[in-house]
Amino acid sequence: MFDYEQYFRREMMPHIWCKGCGNGVILKALLRAIHRLDLSKDQIAMVSGIGCSSRLTGYVDCNTLHTTHGRALAFATGLKLARPEVTVIVITGDGDGLAIGGNHLIHAARRNIDLTCLLFNNQIYGMTGGQVSPTTPEELFSTTSPYGNIEAHFDPCRLVEGAGGTFVARGTAFRTIPLEKLIAEGIQHKGFSFIEILTTCPEIHGRRNKLGTPAEMLQALAKTTLPTGVLRKTSAPEYTEVCEGIIARAQGRG
Amino acid sequence: MQGTVRLMQGNQACAHAAIAAGCTFFAGYPITPSSEIAEELARLLPRMGGKFIQMEDEIAAMAACIGASIGGHKVLTATSGPGFSLKQENLGFAVYTEIPCVVVNVMRGGPSTGLPTSPAQGDVMQARWGTHGDHPMVVLAPASVREIYDLTIQAFNLSELCRTPVILLYDEVIGHMREKTEVPDPSQFKIIDRKQSTSSPDAYLPYKGDEDDVPAFVRFGEGYRYHITGLAHDERGFPTQNPRVVEAKQRRLHRKVEQRREEIVAHEAFLLDDAEIAIFAYGVTARSARAAIRTARKEGIRVGLFRPISLWPFPDLELEKLAGQVKAIVVAEMNLGQLIYEVDRVVHGQTRIVAYQKASGEPVHPEEILTAVREHR
Ligand SMILES: Cc1ncc(C[n+]2csc(CCOP(=O)(O)OP(=O)(O)O)c2C)c(N)n1
Ligand code: SF4
Ligand SMILES: [Mg+2]
Repeated sequence: MFDYEQYFRREMMPHIWCKGCGNGVILKALLRAIHRLDLSKDQIAMVSGIGCSSRLTGYVDCNTLHTTHGRALAFATGLKLARPEVTVIVITGDGDGLAIGGNHLIHAARRNIDLTCLLFNNQIYGMTGGQVSPTTPEELFSTTSPYGNIEAHFDPCRLVEGAGGTFVARGTAFRTIPLEKLIAEGIQHKGFSFIEILTTCPEIHGRRNKLGTPAEMLQALAKTTLPTGVLRKTSAPEYTEVCEGIIARAQGRG
Repeated sequence: MQGTVRLMQGNQACAHAAIAAGCTFFAGYPITPSSEIAEELARLLPRMGGKFIQMEDEIAAMAACIGASIGGHKVLTATSGPGFSLKQENLGFAVYTEIPCVVVNVMRGGPSTGLPTSPAQGDVMQARWGTHGDHPMVVLAPASVREIYDLTIQAFNLSELCRTPVILLYDEVIGHMREKTEVPDPSQFKIIDRKQSTSSPDAYLPYKGDEDDVPAFVRFGEGYRYHITGLAHDERGFPTQNPRVVEAKQRRLHRKVEQRREEIVAHEAFLLDDAEIAIFAYGVTARSARAAIRTARKEGIRVGLFRPISLWPFPDLELEKLAGQVKAIVVAEMNLGQLIYEVDRVVHGQTRIVAYQKASGEPVHPEEILTAVREHR
């Protein structure tokens, strides 16, 4: 049995997530990925925005930074630039990372800065009680789309590819072993890694749209028509290394 | 050691002073009339081994600065009007999470896009209260190129000392003005670095104030593994809604700045000893006031200048003393009434307050202040 306790902050329990929420499954996959890579907790920083998913940082016993809504990648960019030797993992949601924080996602990808960004896509604003998000499917109901969602949803992986992200992947909260491997590969990749994780919000989104039990909702993720696995993997100069090169040049060493 | 004399622009002085103060990180987004600070630091920082990054907007620039400060760097960002508005949410994050950072706002005409290349003093209250929630704020207002240099260093020192953001607030004229400036030798000023924790990782409480109400710092990645959040938090840094803990934190935040009042609050008194009339002015307006005072003195009018150097905390005690001595205080500002309400609060009916306000995007001319003084002698 994998010992999750070694990574948890006991004093932060109980957590705030609803019973049956997909977030816990992803957290466990993340911890196994960290373990698999044999990373020291001291050397990991986790940075998150605001949302149910972003609460994850409070539960993990490493250097954790719970920032403002949508801005985790910008905080993480400063931190990574300040401490390139620290492994920085960013936790964000579909509202946090694609609506209010969408611009930062584009630019983190464009810079190819060595961050690993996990986007928990539950297709809804969970924390604030179930409002429509940029990934809510058309026609589904939410508190702010009471007649059905009239806006098109979009594919964040393609956005990140377009912006120049060098590692783009999609996993689900249902297939947790492949997810664990994707996360590990993303962390190991030098440059910006983006992993969209399809997950569930049974308590709010599920109930309102009659999407079934938490277990049924997780199973439904397996039937996604979207491609999963590593979607793009290329290499390009990594931002913090390029910065070090600039410093060397400015100091007449390069 | 003596300093060196150079012809320097205000914004340029800010950049050079930041380096002298130990700044090793700048994140910004271009905006007139502050861009020279970013441009100068883009050139200077890499030479010193420091990091410069132009972010995608001012929100991100503020965020990146806080992230880098958590990584142990002394950080600076610089902006103007619209960009200052965008920084507000994360500025509050820095206040609450007690992360040192220095923010420069070079004031231009507003609201909105306003007058990008003209001076104004319309952000005085925004600097104090722009971010939501109850919070202390330290705001310094230089009135010359040399003073930009000195107060930039002071801003870093106070920010490190109190673990709170410090805002350097000056108008476009001061920022773009070139003056013969004596750049002080490093032996002429002291540099303060944030207090480091001496406790073991197990015993470390990231949000427990020491005697001076300031908690000791450890940068991320040193084996202390703690949590930083903008949610209300306890001494361990973990979220809490316990009313007593929330209130204690709030009071400590305010106290740590109040405790340092002596070190922070500053003003200049120019020819006030025998004055019957005082002019209250800051930034470029104070320069015009000084010129007006020289002329008025020749006319036999006993007038002097009270120039707040720290706008926040406000020099209450110092101004109150003056109120008992003069028969009028002329408050000259490039806005339609901001600091005058603070003056009014402090003066509390002890003397007459006369407003000279201008909001045209032009600096206040000495002649205008002189006229106001003559009328109220
Ligand atoms: C500036 C700002 N605007 C709005 C909010 C309110 N808010 C908190 S979380 C959230 C949405 C979170 O949705 P998502 O990122 O999908 O996370 P989830 O809760 O679904 O995991 C919103 C709108 C906020 N905290 N800050
Ligand atoms: S509201 Fe939804 S996303 Fe948030 S914890 Fe509950 S189930 Fe999970
Ligand atoms: Mg969501």
